[in-house]
Amino acid sequence: MLSRRNPQLNVHGELIHLLSIEGLPKAVLTQILDTAGTFLSVNDRDVKKVPLLRGKSVFNLFFENSTRTRTTFEIAAKRLSADVINLDIAKSSTAKGESLLDTIANLSAMHADMFIVRHAESGAPYLIAQHVAPHVHVVNAGDGRHAHPTQGLLDMYTIRHFKQDFSQLTVAIVGDIVHSRVARSDIHALTTLGVPEIRAVGPKTLVPGDLSAMGVRVCHSMEEGIKGADVIIMLRLQNERMSGAMLPSAGEFYKSYGLTPQKLALAKPDAIVMHPGPINRGVEIASDVADGTHSVILPQVTFGIAVRMAVMSTIAGNQA
Amino acid sequence: MMLQLDAEALYTELREGVRGLLKPDAVLVGIWSGGAWLAERLQRDLGLPGGDKGYGVISSTLHRDDFGSRGLAAGNDPTRLPFAIDGRHVVLVDDVLYTGRTIRAVVNELFDFGRPASVTLAVLVDRGGRELPIAAAYAAAKLALPATQRLSLARAPDGEPGGAFSFTVTNKTTE
Amino acid sequence: MKILIRNGRVIDPGNANDRGRDEIADIAIASGRIVSIGAATAFDADRVIDATGLVVAPGLVDLAARLREPGQEHEGMLESELAAAAAGGVTSLVCPPDTDPVLDEPGLVEMLKFRARKLSRCRVFPLGALTRGLQGQALTEMAELTEAGCIGFAQADVPVTDSLVLLRALQYAATFGYTVWLRPLDAWLGKGIAASGAVATRLGLAGVPVVAETVAMHTLFELVRVTKARVHLCRLSSAAGVALLRAAKAEGLPVTADVSINNLHLTDVDIGYFNPDMRLLPPLRQGADRDALRAALADGTLDALVSDHNPVAEDMKNLPFGEAEPGATGLELLLSLALRWGQDSGLPLTTTLARVTHGPVRVLGDALGSLASSAGRLVEGGVADVCVFDPAVDWVVTPQQLASQGKHTPFSFASTGMAMPGRVRATLVAGTLAYELPAAPGGNT
Repeated sequence: MLSRRNPQLNVHGELIHLLSIEGLPKAVLTQILDTAGTFLSVNDRDVKKVPLLRGKSVFNLFFENSTRTRTTFEIAAKRLSADVINLDIAKSSTAKGESLLDTIANLSAMHADMFIVRHAESGAPYLIAQHVAPHVHVVNAGDGRHAHPTQGLLDMYTIRHFKQDFSQLTVAIVGDIVHSRVARSDIHALTTLGVPEIRAVGPKTLVPGDLSAMGVRVCHSMEEGIKGADVIIMLRLQNERMSGAMLPSAGEFYKSYGLTPQKLALAKPDAIVMHPGPINRGVEIASDVADGTHSVILPQVTFGIAVRMAVMSTIAGNQA
Repeated sequence: MMLQLDAEALYTELREGVRGLLKPDAVLVGIWSGGAWLAERLQRDLGLPGGDKGYGVISSTLHRDDFGSRGLAAGNDPTRLPFAIDGRHVVLVDDVLYTGRTIRAVVNELFDFGRPASVTLAVLVDRGGRELPIAAAYAAAKLALPATQRLSLARAPDGEPGGAFSFTVTNKTTE
Repeated sequence: MKILIRNGRVIDPGNANDRGRDEIADIAIASGRIVSIGAATAFDADRVIDATGLVVAPGLVDLAARLREPGQEHEGMLESELAAAAAGGVTSLVCPPDTDPVLDEPGLVEMLKFRARKLSRCRVFPLGALTRGLQGQALTEMAELTEAGCIGFAQADVPVTDSLVLLRALQYAATFGYTVWLRPLDAWLGKGIAASGAVATRLGLAGVPVVAETVAMHTLFELVRVTKARVHLCRLSSAAGVALLRAAKAEGLPVTADVSINNLHLTDVDIGYFNPDMRLLPPLRQGADRDALRAALADGTLDALVSDHNPVAEDMKNLPFGEAEPGATGLELLLSLALRWGQDSGLPLTTTLARVTHGPVRVLGDALGSLASSAGRLVEGGVADVCVFDPAVDWVVTPQQLASQGKHTPFSFASTGMAMPGRVRATLVAGTLAYELPAAPGGNT
């Protein structure tokens, strides 16, 4: 089998698309985090705009609804002075049967410079990246259960902000990991950045054994998984899980795997609690914890804009 | 023939030139990185208000006009302005003035922070070759260099504060 | 037309009763039959094919190739796909019943056979639908369909979910001695899009666990024990499946099985960056599964190697992995991929070729009628279905140059960087030249 160059990198090893954290060298991740720091300070100025993407058209192509993610990408692009076009796919020609690649070709003919894509199928952004013109860049805003790289990066920024040194941390990821693109991106980022202990916590239906091939320790007991953790990442439990015969009820999930103050007490005293949002109070996390002193859920959102500005400006500056 | 430039001697000239440019309540802003070193020493030597850290540092990173070809420079942006810009007289300091593009980018960055009363430029060396209508109010030295050579300020030892200044001339390889 | 194939290395894989042959000989063909194999001294041929340095083998018999007719006649599918068969040295093929409309009416079968016969490129042996419309509810008129030309009954990729219906279908088929061809895939466990394992987990693709295959096999074997029906298992994919098959054969159950060129050579790692050419049914499993399949094909536990040819249209493939239609073109790759497997496994050429000639014919058994005695063989007096190929030459798969309208294959040179061993030089069906490799410009034969 021919070994393929990672389609996200050009021949010089520079990032031209952001499709997945997997396969990106540590230096690339670190550079994005450092650049995000710059944009964080820009976001504190009166004039929050820089002209890096001026004259460029950024198309938000969301095949799966998500107002919050789309909004943060829109804010980030506008702060880089880009023109942003939001495409409501459900009402558009794709619903009339136009194929994904035809949609992309049509939009490219309208001089799109960057596509921010969210799609229900794992791998869809790779197909798009293969078929766009050399000057067009693709950012994956979430594909199926495969990856959500900007979330992974902002999670890493958050951890670096509060904990500084990755090499000594114990990180627990709790919840529906098998269906979670956030979890996969977090796991790849944590392993690349050198976190020594990563635990995947949940019932066997949501945290299968072969996850360990990704470099995590599978724990089916919340107590075992949370004990001594520096960072706890709680994942959102989706309702589909109950209909897929993977869980009996949200209540039972909360009983075993919900993050309550009592369970949180098993972690390190200065542990931080993260969540990609939106949170389900009383399902994966207690209100007291979500609103408490360990929670860094709101800073995650602020960091998210800066990280997305860093990603877009980094890839826009590199040639295919 | 090797170019001989005494950076320390030129600094002395610059110091007196900047002293003459300072309006009341003016602030000093050094352009990263050579200009920032100069501003740090000038702040101290001229006894400007705000103490040793009272000078500003500004970077052109976010406003460069070559972003499309060279991409974003790596690492943290060091812009740090510990004072309000609105209504201030700003004296920009840099080591070498060449095409003028860095100054253009820096002025744009400055205006993101507020509306200064005036902006003047003082440099150690003006090497000509301007590509934009930009001029220094004071230059300690004026000389011409071929486009293939790059002039940069160094600080011994290895950029440590308080070190002596010197110039290095390097031949540009293809960038 | 009288044809003499001169001086080739004649390989006939043989059968249980005779060891076949592997020797330099001439083959004289007349009236669609092999007149003699040996030194042809007084044969007045209309056409002489110089087979010096080439292998002369029985025409390949492919137990799984989709022709997409009825359904896509307007696109000339039958013409192009049978031309592809001939280009691949395939002289007989079996096609599944999931056409449009489904092959559950004798008239449709007759029409297909008639059209194929007229084209004279390759013999077509259709599988009839086991249930009407493949819906898994009502039985089809199996006797009528057999009379029209069906050599067995199948469900293609549509499992029969009602186990009572499956039992009845097997009982009915057993009454008449018909073979039932089934994919061992549980309807619910088999819903995923990639084989369960580290790769599917990492890529976030819904998995098909091995139990999807083994649960179905256990069920089928139990039903075979009870009904005594002959069952052919289509496309095994796992080591556990192979183990069950071995045990079933050792027990004496009337089961046979095949494996596709895809599962024989590729694993889930080959999915790479969600390459839709790797979206296949059954899914590509892990290295240990591939090794077990290769060993089982070598020792005969797996009876036949098939192309599982499926000319999926461009716009059904250029989609995100989970949406892409599973399947790949394969008729023109069967010989080369058989040769590659044989070389890798250190097998004699007779064994390698047996898995794509005589082995498949044995699976078809009595359904072939009078052809059964000589199809997949090279015997004097037998049918002249021949494949002449050059074993020493390599070629690369450039999809646009394939005769098939299906241009998507996991074995394209762009994907593998590897050349294919063995090039078909000529294919004869019933003594007529169905295909000949065009002479290279600047002329050498």
